[in-house]
Amino acid sequence: MTSNPPLSPPGRGQGEGPRGEGAPALRLDNVCRSFGGLQAVDGVTLEVRPGERRALIGPNGAGKTTLFNLISGAMPPSSGRISLFGQDVTGAPAHRRAALGLARTFQITNLFPDLSVLENCLLAVQAHTPTRFAMLRPVRRYTALLDRARATLASLELGALADAVVKNLSHGEQRQLEIALALAGQPKVLLLDEPTAGLSPAESRLMAGLLRRLDPAITVLIIEHDMDIALELSEMVAVLHYGRVIADGPRERVKADPQVREIYLGA
Amino acid sequence: MSAEFWIAQSFNGISYGALLFLLASGLSLIFGVMRVVNLAHGSYFMLGGYVGLTVALRTKSFTLACLASAVAIGLVGMGMERFFLRRLHGQVLGQVLMTIGFALIFQDLALLIWGGDPYTVPIPALLTGTTRLGGAVFPIYRIFIVGVAIVVGLALWLVLDRTRVGAMIRAAVDDAEMAQGVGINVPRVSLAVFALGAALAALGGVIGGGFLGVYPGADFEVLPYAFVVVIVGGLGSLPGAVAGSLLVGLLDNFGKALFPELSYFTLFAPMALILAIRPTGLFGRG
Amino acid sequence: MIARRALLAAVAVVVLAAVAPLLPAYPLTLLTQALIVGILAMSLDVLLGYTGLSSLGHAAYFGVGAYAVAIMATEKQAGLVACLVMGVLLAAGTAAVFGLLAIRATGTYFLMITLALGMVIWGLAFRWVSLTKGDNGIAGVPRPSLGPLDLSGPVPFFYFCLLSAAVAWALMGLLVVSPFGLGLRGIRGSETRMQALGYNVWLHKYAAFVISGVFAGFGGTLWAYYNGFVSPNDVQLVTSVETLLMVALGGPGTLIGPALGAGIIVFLKNFVSVYTKRWLLILGGVYIGVILFAPNGIVGALRGRRR
Repeated sequence: MTSNPPLSPPGRGQGEGPRGEGAPALRLDNVCRSFGGLQAVDGVTLEVRPGERRALIGPNGAGKTTLFNLISGAMPPSSGRISLFGQDVTGAPAHRRAALGLARTFQITNLFPDLSVLENCLLAVQAHTPTRFAMLRPVRRYTALLDRARATLASLELGALADAVVKNLSHGEQRQLEIALALAGQPKVLLLDEPTAGLSPAESRLMAGLLRRLDPAITVLIIEHDMDIALELSEMVAVLHYGRVIADGPRERVKADPQVREIYLGA
Repeated sequence: MSAEFWIAQSFNGISYGALLFLLASGLSLIFGVMRVVNLAHGSYFMLGGYVGLTVALRTKSFTLACLASAVAIGLVGMGMERFFLRRLHGQVLGQVLMTIGFALIFQDLALLIWGGDPYTVPIPALLTGTTRLGGAVFPIYRIFIVGVAIVVGLALWLVLDRTRVGAMIRAAVDDAEMAQGVGINVPRVSLAVFALGAALAALGGVIGGGFLGVYPGADFEVLPYAFVVVIVGGLGSLPGAVAGSLLVGLLDNFGKALFPELSYFTLFAPMALILAIRPTGLFGRG
Repeated sequence: MIARRALLAAVAVVVLAAVAPLLPAYPLTLLTQALIVGILAMSLDVLLGYTGLSSLGHAAYFGVGAYAVAIMATEKQAGLVACLVMGVLLAAGTAAVFGLLAIRATGTYFLMITLALGMVIWGLAFRWVSLTKGDNGIAGVPRPSLGPLDLSGPVPFFYFCLLSAAVAWALMGLLVVSPFGLGLRGIRGSETRMQALGYNVWLHKYAAFVISGVFAGFGGTLWAYYNGFVSPNDVQLVTSVETLLMVALGGPGTLIGPALGAGIIVFLKNFVSVYTKRWLLILGGVYIGVILFAPNGIVGALRGRRR
């Protein structure tokens, strides 16, 4: 992986990484987002290198999901810059960012409840292809897309459920499908919003296993409440508190950071 | 076009806007609190007019007609909400169809009870005739309508801004789930707002009945106007209802006077323009 | 499954075609009317049942198509093809313009804007007397002829409408099972997810809106020929709402359901009004009954939860 960048003071992010290695996969420059009087995200500066696994942790209400919404384009920032692979996407709508290789999962399961598992995955697969505008042939004639969809489902052990209607799935199966939808588009940057939300310990273990097998080329930013899983999957950690990054760096250092310990153990 | 023309038309537009305010303010609040689409709102207006007509003819009292009508239709509104609309929370299509169903039933009942002829609600002698103000002539009844709208508007504003009930309503408009979470009895607030909206529409119907008359078809004729006011003004906003009513009243009036061939167009084209710039209306929050 | 539905449809078409010459005049005209209105209902289903957009102004595009034919047939003596093409193009154009205004809105706002836009067309039909003859409507639209084929008789015209309805159903049917159609169903399921997946949701909704308007306009063109008379009543709010009822009654998102719903409403209207004046009351009861007892519509109930 990359050389160990120093643990930076709160609010300043990574600072300089190895030079001349190309643009960071994701870069946030002093991003802010306020809702009326509430500053949900307060000057976040973050840089994630390609292929990096970064966990985003912090107490409830720290602004983690809001940050994801800003990165994915679900809402615009109040100020600041967001760029993907060097391209400024601050004003770009969500679908444009997805076209650049960004994918996300949702903390509250956000699937297509009345469609089948396969249809859900097909939607994800065809999203970046011109086929999505095809109007005169039935979907099942597009065998290449169908194959890709089935392959994605298989990689997440959902193959057998292809024809099941999503609203009839168990919560755990739905969380798996959340990941499948994000992966089906072959993303370069993956935002995972609490993938183990609502899962039993056993199911969380299974999910962690699936996530460990993710393609190492994908850049992953993961919000996770389960500290063990978060730290297990990511070598870099950023800690968010009241919308500010108060620690950011390799996991051991962050774990040892006194401010972080106070938030998690003192609170 | 003389100055007299402009003054007269402006005044007509404002007085029509005042009537629309009575109709639409309640609708805006209902939308804001409950996000319910009620296509029977025009029916409240029409039924209000008919009930007011009967009461006025029987008791010779215009005031009583207004009161009785508001109460009666307020109860009808409450009944609809409590027993039928409440179970359709969030289902837009269901609400549309159910409220249309009621609108049709009301329309047919009105035909059955009052027949197909148009009537005018008898107004007190005090309010008939015209008066001279600054060289122009204004019908007293229209001044009365504007007065009623101002009083109602002020009362609504005071209640919403200064009372606990008003605060509860505003909270529910802002975020119903959150309001429920902090202990506000949102279903009861919804019921009250619905009843209020229906009563106001009925009041509008009686008062409107004094110069527009009451007739079959008034319900569907006035409904789009109410909707345009709410769209332009923004859901759940009282200042929006004021602005919207004035705008619609003036646009409609001038449109009819200057471009009779394009009358609806002159009304909806500016509306479309406003929406193109601000999709949630002038004062709305989406 | 698609093959089975296509087979059922083919059988239905053959049966109807065979039965038609044997029917007395009145039921035959009602059946013709049901087919035409069925096209309108199916077009709304594409928008409502599949994309999830409830429109209260769909009669507008129907009306534009009808008026186009009426005006061109009575004043320019234009032939069938010219009238159909013009009607569909104008309906498409209207939908294209209105879509720009309406698609920005969501939920209740969308409903109200489409209602208002429908009123614009009604208002134009009512007031632009020099073009539309206002309240009097345009009468005397002659039954068409297609080259040597004279379609004025009830049976030939019925066949023409049957063919049109079948083609419309086939095209819309292909649309809803195509990748684009899947996209529409996705939008109905979760717009935010579709955005996150990379779909330009606005564009897809807009396309659905215009396509839906095209088919509604097509229905309208046939209506002008069927009725011989076009008036503002054809574009009033009640017509748009009745179309909604047909979709809800038949089953949103089933395509054939709304066509069935159209048939039921057409027959109900014409039979019931013969026996009682309280026709509106009964229709109102049907609206409420559908919501209370058959929220997925008839075909929806038959197909169970699985679509």
